[in-house]
Amino acid sequence: MDERELRTLVGRVKQGRLSRRAFFGRMAAVGFTVPMAAQVLAIGGVSIAAAPLAHAAGKRGGSGELKLLWWQAPTLLNPHFATGTKDQDGSRVFYEPLANWSQEGELIAVLAEEIPSLENGGLAKDGLSVTWKIKKGVTFHDGQPLTADDLVFNWEYAKDPATAAVTSGSYINVKVAKVDDHTVKVSFDKPTPFWADAFVGVNGMIIPQHLFKDYAGAKSRDAPVNLKPVGTGPFKFKEFRPGDLVLGVINETYHVADQPHFDSVQMKGGGDAVSAARAVLQTGEFDFAWNLQVEDSVLTKLEASGKGKVQLSPGGNCEHIQINFTDPNKEVDGERSSIKTKHPSLQYMPVRQALALLIDRNGVQKYIYGRTARATANYVNGPDRYVSKNNQFEFDIEKAKAILDKDGWKPGADGIREKNGVKLSYVYQTSINSLRQKNQAIVKQACQKAGIAIEIKSVVASVYFSSDVANPDTYPHFYTDLQMYTTGPTQPDPQQWMRSYLTEEISQKSNKWQGRNITRWSSKEFDATWTAASTEIDPMKRTALLIKVNDLPVQDIAIIPELFRLGATAAANNLNARLSGWDSNCANLREWHRV
Amino acid sequence: MASSTPASLTADAAPVLPAPVLAPHVSPTREAWRRFRRHKLAVFSLVVLTLIAIGVVFGPWLWPVSISDIDFSAMLQGPSWAHPFGTDDLGQDLLARIIYGGRISLGVGLAAMFVAVFVGVTIGAISGMASARVDAALMWLTDMFLALPQLPLLLLIIYLFRDQLKMLLGAQGGVFVMIVVVIGGLRWMPLTRLVRAQFLSLREKEFVEAARALGASRMRLMMRHILPNALGPVIVAGSIEVANAIIAESTLSFLGLGFPPDIPSWGRILFDAKDQLDNAPHWALFSGSAIFLTVLTINYIGDGLRDALDPRRVL
Amino acid sequence: MSLSYVVRRLLLAIPSLLGISVVLFTVLALAPGDPFGELMTNPNVPASVQLALRAQFGLDDPVYIRYFHWLFSMLHGDWGFSFASRMDVATLIMQRLVVTLAVLGSAQLLAVLVAIPIGILAAAKPYSLFDQVANTFAFIGFSLPTFFTGLLAILLFSITLDWLPFVFQSNLSQTGLAWWWAEFKQTIMPICVLGLFQGAALVRYVRSSVLDVIRLDYVTTARSKGIGERKVLMRHVVRNALIPVVTIVALQLPIVFGGAIVTEQIFRVPGIGSLLISSILTNDTPVVMGVTFVFAALVIIFNLIADLLYGLLDPRITYR
Repeated sequence: MDERELRTLVGRVKQGRLSRRAFFGRMAAVGFTVPMAAQVLAIGGVSIAAAPLAHAAGKRGGSGELKLLWWQAPTLLNPHFATGTKDQDGSRVFYEPLANWSQEGELIAVLAEEIPSLENGGLAKDGLSVTWKIKKGVTFHDGQPLTADDLVFNWEYAKDPATAAVTSGSYINVKVAKVDDHTVKVSFDKPTPFWADAFVGVNGMIIPQHLFKDYAGAKSRDAPVNLKPVGTGPFKFKEFRPGDLVLGVINETYHVADQPHFDSVQMKGGGDAVSAARAVLQTGEFDFAWNLQVEDSVLTKLEASGKGKVQLSPGGNCEHIQINFTDPNKEVDGERSSIKTKHPSLQYMPVRQALALLIDRNGVQKYIYGRTARATANYVNGPDRYVSKNNQFEFDIEKAKAILDKDGWKPGADGIREKNGVKLSYVYQTSINSLRQKNQAIVKQACQKAGIAIEIKSVVASVYFSSDVANPDTYPHFYTDLQMYTTGPTQPDPQQWMRSYLTEEISQKSNKWQGRNITRWSSKEFDATWTAASTEIDPMKRTALLIKVNDLPVQDIAIIPELFRLGATAAANNLNARLSGWDSNCANLREWHRV
Repeated sequence: MASSTPASLTADAAPVLPAPVLAPHVSPTREAWRRFRRHKLAVFSLVVLTLIAIGVVFGPWLWPVSISDIDFSAMLQGPSWAHPFGTDDLGQDLLARIIYGGRISLGVGLAAMFVAVFVGVTIGAISGMASARVDAALMWLTDMFLALPQLPLLLLIIYLFRDQLKMLLGAQGGVFVMIVVVIGGLRWMPLTRLVRAQFLSLREKEFVEAARALGASRMRLMMRHILPNALGPVIVAGSIEVANAIIAESTLSFLGLGFPPDIPSWGRILFDAKDQLDNAPHWALFSGSAIFLTVLTINYIGDGLRDALDPRRVL
Repeated sequence: MSLSYVVRRLLLAIPSLLGISVVLFTVLALAPGDPFGELMTNPNVPASVQLALRAQFGLDDPVYIRYFHWLFSMLHGDWGFSFASRMDVATLIMQRLVVTLAVLGSAQLLAVLVAIPIGILAAAKPYSLFDQVANTFAFIGFSLPTFFTGLLAILLFSITLDWLPFVFQSNLSQTGLAWWWAEFKQTIMPICVLGLFQGAALVRYVRSSVLDVIRLDYVTTARSKGIGERKVLMRHVVRNALIPVVTIVALQLPIVFGGAIVTEQIFRVPGIGSLLISSILTNDTPVVMGVTFVFAALVIIFNLIADLLYGLLDPRITYR
């Protein structure tokens, strides 16, 4: 089925000449699953009602205390200052956005009356604006009503450079205007296909104007309410100890009937991931544990105790190996890995091809990550509609050897291949993390068998994942030949995230290594495709462009995607916790209930 | 590949132990050795420790199995003929890893202990004998080292010196020297305080007064009369320090300061094993026992030494 | 030893604290890392946010200016402002002080109470069965790190026997006696794991220093005078053997404030140790400075106390 056929079908559904059921049937016949087909419809302009919630606990309160275990505890509770997932999660207990992202990458209305669409007039046809209707009768925990003024205030607050809000990326390029007390209009400079950024998901939580208005800009850090949140969420603030504990009690006037079902919530922090999993799966001391980056064999053994189970929520996170296109061992104008140099061996395609063949993705997946990851050939792994079908991977040491032989890389006296005095000997770095060190060991062994020497290097995560300009061990410096880490889009749209292969984003001394293109791979075709996708409002065309955006660096082997990592959490058997890989773990806290 | 440096250090260290710290006068060496031999447990421990040292140095020839061969079909297996100590979660042979890891752990443990004892005793003795001003300065230094948060300091050391040391001393040798210096350099303070406290008390004792009255120089007083009497706590601290250094080495490799992550040491094996403690206890058992046995024997040797060198004991 | 000596030492402590604070601040400023580094990994955060935050928190100023800034605030009683939590450092520390003192203080007390009698008894009859058993346990105690013994305790008491919880809760809902019982149940494991680890080493010091003294002439003399063995031990031996013990205990006591990172981590005790480690990892300099500065002050004070105690234990010790 090509783009034109697809479009005709969608058009017929819109005009009512084809039923949704029949549409799904036709799509299934050509290999689309129902959720995928639903997405095609959604981006084609048909709004989809959120799936009815299947739960039995039909009344507010009565389920007792919900005990959550985050092995890194929130350190602050203002969503605009949240430095990491932990802070976003902690804030989300009290604050809410206009809409959440579902597991399928669809919008679910929270504080919005409805999700904007072409039909209800919320979306402008030219892609230059979106109009949100705010749910009426919503109040903050202190009784003040939520109005359009609050939304306008959040925009002004977040975009003000003096506030230095972490969420500013979602707000600086838009304009927000009040239409009436319960309607706001978000406008863009240029056609914006991905319009659901401001006021949506983790960056969209809305803080009350009446409590924050005196603390905007430079005074923002002095607001007492930073530490005592007052939001619209299902739980009211009770106590906060940074790095240890967040306590909330039920919001009896919550704006959704019969929700939330728990009477109070406790978010305890600290410790490590394995013992967090133990407290849920093995002893049942806690109901839910977050972000279990642990070997699956450990999780499986703990699950055998029968107190709880592991829940997986796919997002878009990709563990991948990056290839340095510049020479990390030569210093030019005070920087190594300068774009004025070329990597002595990795600049050649056959060497990169051989490396890709030496990564045992299935082995790493099966024996280390287990259920918590899937071996992948793609960098973009979600949402499904953007996942390329054009790439495959294989693990074949002999084939790698053959490719290197053919290209003239012959084993030297020490068994290491070389050509013209250039040895295939690489430093391979990553952060310190037991899963990654095992992954490194597996890669190293396969490379050794093929005559490529690998020196493993591991850097403390707090140094590796920092932007310290002076430290050569951070990942943006990339002063080694290969490196590995996980990254992913924070929204169900890969556009922003794929900036990391743009030529203008190359990380180097002149931009204090703040650029996002770490491999220093550069392609005019990629730049043009990415730019075209950013303003293409035709969903079909844009999907095709974004798939190409994935394929270009993958097929040129600038990166070797290894694993599609799923969010792994543990939940007690008697807890129904609906999660989404595209939103905070706490996004649906209002629906959680006992079974 | 890391064999030469750690191995030779261990091999040297063991036989040197019974030698007295003092210069011989009326052959106290022989006298001490006679007393040491009466301490059955110490002699037995010396034999066991020597065997462990020989085992880790020559073990790879007796058990020529690779430390890094990954075998997915043999993950987390208990002891068997193919793998006498079982395997870890990548199917690597634990016996080979413990033999290899022993070189690092024993080498680092003993060398770092000697560094800490040497620095600690020197500063403590000077501080205990010198004028109030020097004492105050040295105690300031000790307090500062005690107060420094070690993690940022270690990160700073990695940042400043890792590449230089690697270039200067080669990958393995550089790392070894750095680890020993870092561990020893961050753990001498308790010894300083202990030695200084002993000196403060001993320097006023009659026998010191007597020696002083006879015109003994300050150096002679220190080396011949006070230090031998202050050795008790030093030997205890030194033998505890070996255990600390073995554990500290594994902590350092988590900071990226130690050996590369694919090189095993006892402390590291123990740390890796902890998450599988309930379903693969053999993993932790052998590395834990190796540390325990080493610490045990070193402590008993320490006890024997203490008895042998105690100038007040007449046997 | 006189009062003037104590006053002199206390006055001397001020420049040495200042000196230590300079060194601390320099190390922290030079150590790699960035408090807002985590933002870097988020593709939706513009690089300008990070630069603005650095400017807002004064991170771009030269080190010496930041140091004087910190010092003057500290002299005014302002401990600074945490980058990570955006709240006062003093509040952050106070929140954790009680738990730290309770858990670590008890652990230290346990260590001293267990180690001193065992050490003395072991030394009274060296190489007896009791001595051998005590030594073996001490060796196990300090050759196995707390990350390992803590986990063993959890596996045994929380998972196999299901007697004790292993996640520390700072908000126990019980009241009265039930509160004390719950508090006891959740603190017993961290206290024992830490207390026995430190106690193990202490046993060896006590034993060794009692052995040093027990063979001296005056003890033999006292014995030959027909004084009871118990009295000899307590009055003549222990007092003289305490100098190394006092030294070691004085070294360990500041840790009661500074926290025990590993033990706190394992049992999720919200103590100062876990605050310190997370602040170090996020380069939250004001918090690290606050904690380590108090810690440094305690190190100096306890060193002074130890010196004074030496004088009491051995009146011949003089300080010049």
